[in-house]
Amino acid sequence: MKSLAELAAIRDKMQNKVNIREGEGGTRVVVGMATCGIAAGARPVLNAFVEEVAGAGLSDSVTVTQTGCIGICQYEPVVEVFEAGKEKVTYVKMSPEKVKKVMEEHIKNGKVVSEYTIDMAQK
Amino acid sequence: MKELSLNILDVTYNSIAAGAKKIEVVLDYSDDGKLIMSVIDDGKGMDENTLRRVTDPFYTTRTTRKVGLGLPLLKLACEQTGGTLHIESALGRGTAIRAVFNTQSIDFTPIGDMTSTVTTLISAAPDIDFIFRFMCSDHSFVFSTCEVKEILGGISLTEPEVLLWIKEYLLEQFKIMGGIFI
Repeated sequence: MKSLAELAAIRDKMQNKVNIREGEGGTRVVVGMATCGIAAGARPVLNAFVEEVAGAGLSDSVTVTQTGCIGICQYEPVVEVFEAGKEKVTYVKMSPEKVKKVMEEHIKNGKVVSEYTIDMAQK
Repeated sequence: MKELSLNILDVTYNSIAAGAKKIEVVLDYSDDGKLIMSVIDDGKGMDENTLRRVTDPFYTTRTTRKVGLGLPLLKLACEQTGGTLHIESALGRGTAIRAVFNTQSIDFTPIGDMTSTVTTLISAAPDIDFIFRFMCSDHSFVFSTCEVKEILGGISLTEPEVLLWIKEYLLEQFKIMGGIFI
């Protein structure tokens, strides 16, 4: 059974990591979570990113955040990836399965998954 | 929306956008087949004109799109079961939404994954004090982020490890309650 006491152990473990992270740039993954995104399946996409980042031990360098309507409802679920010094990448019609590929190829190895981007969807 | 938990997620975002510092989400599943869902916040509230039009899908206060579908979809979800949606609001004091569902209706949308809705809301607005109350038959369970924040000290609720712990903790509690909110 999970207990609130376990949180204290997580706190102690995280304390050092937070100190290291301060001042770092890192990668920011932003998931659109307005009504359009939620109805299209953004919640499992967001959760998949949170789980993948934690599972890969990347929480020091990758942050997963939410935003409202990005303005391209027909392409939801939409995910934007921001990296320092690079152009923003917009992934569209995302799914938890696609998240795995984006994590593996883009977030971990720096190679944009072109087939999932908005540019490809608009062609 | 495929799940009621998605409607709850969506309308609670309104409370976050309204600048609430404290949000209470209540799900009360009664033995007589009624499900009462409430979202109560201390945000900026609405004036009478906005309150009158808030369930009109072609009315919204946002600027990115000229439609606002969150509350109209919730209204549809409860009224199609024979239930009701009631909204009270006062400027500067906050808003309270109360939706009643008849769970025996063939048109009742399954509650779905409340665990994900709770963790998604917490990660969206970690500074807000959330209180989640779940009630069914003889069981009740309250989860307060104040308590968690107190234990975590300066560590953010948005840390993936913290969110995963909350998810697992809620799953265990929901299983004890009979699995209705999973």
